[in-house]
Amino acid sequence: MSELVRVVNDDALLTERDIKMAPVLETRHLGIEFGGLKAVDDFNITVGQSEISGLIGPNGAGKTTVFNLLTKVYQPTHGTILLNQKDINSYDTIKANHAGIARTFQNIRLFNNLTVAENVLVGLHEEMTYNLAQSLFKTPAFRRSEKIARKRALEMLSIFDMQELADVQAGNLPYGAQRRLEIVRALATNPCLLLLDEPAAGMNPSETAELMDNIRKIRDTFHIAIMLIEHDMNLVMGICEGIAVLNYGKIIAKGTPEEIKNNPTVIEAYLGKQGED
Amino acid sequence: MTLLTYIINGISLGSVYAIIALGYTMVYGIAKMLNFAHGDIIMVGAYISYFAATSFGMPPLVCIAVSMAACTVLGIAIERFAYRPLRNANSLAVLITAIGVSYLLQNGAQLLWTSNPKMYASLIDIPALHLFDGRLTITGSALVTVISCVIVMALLVLITKKTKVGKAMRAVSEDKEAAQLMGINVNFTISVTFAIGSALAAVAGVLLCSSYPSLYPTLGSMTGIKAFTAAVFGGIGSIPGAFVGGILLGVIEKFAEGYISTQLSNAIVFSVLIIVLLVKPAGLFGKVRREKV
Repeated sequence: MSELVRVVNDDALLTERDIKMAPVLETRHLGIEFGGLKAVDDFNITVGQSEISGLIGPNGAGKTTVFNLLTKVYQPTHGTILLNQKDINSYDTIKANHAGIARTFQNIRLFNNLTVAENVLVGLHEEMTYNLAQSLFKTPAFRRSEKIARKRALEMLSIFDMQELADVQAGNLPYGAQRRLEIVRALATNPCLLLLDEPAAGMNPSETAELMDNIRKIRDTFHIAIMLIEHDMNLVMGICEGIAVLNYGKIIAKGTPEEIKNNPTVIEAYLGKQGED
Repeated sequence: MTLLTYIINGISLGSVYAIIALGYTMVYGIAKMLNFAHGDIIMVGAYISYFAATSFGMPPLVCIAVSMAACTVLGIAIERFAYRPLRNANSLAVLITAIGVSYLLQNGAQLLWTSNPKMYASLIDIPALHLFDGRLTITGSALVTVISCVIVMALLVLITKKTKVGKAMRAVSEDKEAAQLMGINVNFTISVTFAIGSALAAVAGVLLCSSYPSLYPTLGSMTGIKAFTAAVFGGIGSIPGAFVGGILLGVIEKFAEGYISTQLSNAIVFSVLIIVLLVKPAGLFGKVRREKV
């Protein structure tokens, strides 16, 4: 029962819809130091099962570092990360991905020489069960598995209406489509927590609006939690149910978009420079 | 007729270079490192098949299989213990380690099997083809070598383009960290690459010694360097490039030997490489990489 109590503690962002369920992600006193510099310090959050949450803060506040800690690119120097109540501290990046954390990158990191479909298939890698010998001899098991995987890949691409682009080289896609493909590739790994690092960077307002709809659609279709880092305040305030504000590696505020907008510390540290949005 | 003979001998020798070059190019393309010990794995493969045939009297196909299996294990072990600990080290450290492994294998072979050359009895028992009333002879091993090379290349293209592990290889070759974050086991993928490359080296060792039947511990070093040249010639990292580069290099070498001078043939081969690299720095099939600043 202690989990249920924990959901409603003050680490929770906003979990009214999930209040009966255990959180998908919980961090306790998470921190990392680089040669004495505390890049992230005492980072406590709780994210509900199908919650969209935002991580905002000025440049260099440590937002991407938090993502690197959650995906185990960095090994935390302090604290614990609980994914579905399981301590994932000892995991490496591969295991963390298999456990259900997937991410996109601030600067797009697609496999440019692979086709769009192949990029998604790399994400689906774990689900394809045939072995090398089967594929060389093209056994029925291989053909079946390959066909199912390809169909799954096209289905996933259709979320963003990209199924026609399946055989285009990923590096040749326009910028916006590359960002969308990164999200699809991450989704293909079947996550329970999807981390989006500045998904709207470089997008125009209409593309951003479309992205907002799509993020909601992904949450509603896959019932997963989504956490995003974003500088576009319209997007953050528009779709996030809970927001954490990071400054100098520390959380300075947590709450609903309304609360964050009106929080004097936040305005001083961050929003104040942009004026009321 | 001598011209045709040179071409055929060149293609046959070139096919051996091509098979070795394919191993170099796979490892370079995926793990982004030059495995200078690759040539010495050929030597180990040749020795193992020699002993399988002479000491244990195994049939030729079994000898080849045993030699491939042993080299696969050797390749995986070298990667695991010599290169993996240096995965994040700078490339110079890895290169020097590879040279170290190369010397280790050469000297190990000298200790185990002495430096006296052994007469390698060809494992390929196929009669030679006599064409044009016996004026042109194609040996059985030349035929088998060329055919194996084509099969090997086709298989490699199939593996990298069509299979799951091939997709993983291409993903790892582009961005190891991103691949890892998508749940791909980078270490396993690189192990598979070394396994394939080393099995190919064993095949190359058997084919090489079946045509040129003298076996000694430093056999792999010159052959390895020439195959490496072939890989660079074709554009390192490119599978068709290694194939074409290997064949061309073999033909050039045989022409140089036949028409110019046997002693100068190696010098001529390497001069051709220098000229090609001056004109096309990325090799025949290589992609020009623009460095982002």
